[in-house]
Amino acid sequence: MSNHTITNAEQVGLANPELANVEVSGITRSSFMLRGAIAAGAVYGLGAVTPFVSQALAETGGGDVEILNFALTLEYLESDFYNVKGKEVGLKGTAKSYAKMFGEQEADHVEALITTIKALGGKPVAKPTFVLPATSQSSFLALASVLENTGVSAYNGAAPSIKSKEVLAAAGSIVQIEARHAAAINLLVGKSPTPNEGFDVPLTKAQVLTAVKPLIKA
Amino acid sequence: MSSPTSEDSAPQPAGIVERLMRDDVDRKRFLKMAGGAGAASFGAFVLAACGSSSTKTASTAAAPAATTSSASSATGDIAILNYALTLEYLEREFYAKVVASGLFSGKVGSLIKGFGSQEATHVEALKGAVSKMGGTPAANPNGKFPITSATQVAGLAYTVENLGASAYLGQAGNIQSPEVLATALAIHSVEARHAATLGTLVKKSLTPDGAFAKPADMSMVLAAVKPFLA
Repeated sequence: MSNHTITNAEQVGLANPELANVEVSGITRSSFMLRGAIAAGAVYGLGAVTPFVSQALAETGGGDVEILNFALTLEYLESDFYNVKGKEVGLKGTAKSYAKMFGEQEADHVEALITTIKALGGKPVAKPTFVLPATSQSSFLALASVLENTGVSAYNGAAPSIKSKEVLAAAGSIVQIEARHAAAINLLVGKSPTPNEGFDVPLTKAQVLTAVKPLIKA
Repeated sequence: MSSPTSEDSAPQPAGIVERLMRDDVDRKRFLKMAGGAGAASFGAFVLAACGSSSTKTASTAAAPAATTSSASSATGDIAILNYALTLEYLEREFYAKVVASGLFSGKVGSLIKGFGSQEATHVEALKGAVSKMGGTPAANPNGKFPITSATQVAGLAYTVENLGASAYLGQAGNIQSPEVLATALAIHSVEARHAATLGTLVKKSLTPDGAFAKPADMSMVLAAVKPFLA
């Protein structure tokens, strides 16, 4: 059994411990840099952003890394679903174009979460192997609806526990996209785009893990 | 307790600060006042919510100095809730006028009607949240919306919903109370659902910002809604 447990920042320490003492003056700069890290960390490299996120790390005490890794697992799932399963099933029309666009966006979320986790000094979880029971366009879209709507509830449920403002902003900018995907898929399959009416219902991590467990190969 | 020798250069006498610090009843009354002042009118609300601390009234300016995190964060959350409430009032009125226009029927008509009802539930929830925190809910502003054709209205609704979603996103990091944050998030993703649905209707992007939605700050949003205030 390999060590695929969620590792928090305290256990692994900073990616660049010698930079941990670099002063970050004021939240404005660190928040600017962390937002930059989330969007563009891949471009400039982790080393460039690590010193500026030490304040955010100090705020979070490692809990945010755990939440980000939970989100990463869901994004891996969605990304594989659209990018791998979507191709296998052989989608047509709107379903095909949604799967392409959404798949690219989920892959971007995966990259952003990995970058953010590393920037906070954490260790991104490995991608699990998924079992995705979709064999036709209709079963694919039905599962897409479940995944996207669960994704919204997962982020909404986890977000109030996020300590760092910057991590919260990143989670917010992702959940809004999941909600847009969820609405579009629901419309496509003839469901309400707002299945929870005016207020999306949050789910706890345990509830989400129970829901997605059948899709993760043990 | 030592005498109040204050190095503070603020024109406000130190007495009120001292009293707010130790007297819970006074503090509550003060916060209610501060919340109410912000809600007195849309204009006053904008000033209270957006102005830098130096431009606030003397009593409002005393808040950060007088109180520690819990009290000042309550005022901050009340201001954010009232800001959201103001946007929801406008959305509710907009949809009510669209529904009354009769421009939409059938499936699209029922979607639009449903969105309007949901905005109305947002209004009620936000009013409740403001009151629960001891604030005074902002007054309902009078809106004015161009309603000429189905295409134009759907396009405007798409713009309005995208703005609403980015407005909520822009406040997420400023909200102190986890309960208020949970409420804001529950509404935020619904605004996003509305925006995407309207995007499919007007054949515009479901995700105009790409994979990461962009936040909008208060001044940007208020400038954008200004043309819709009567």
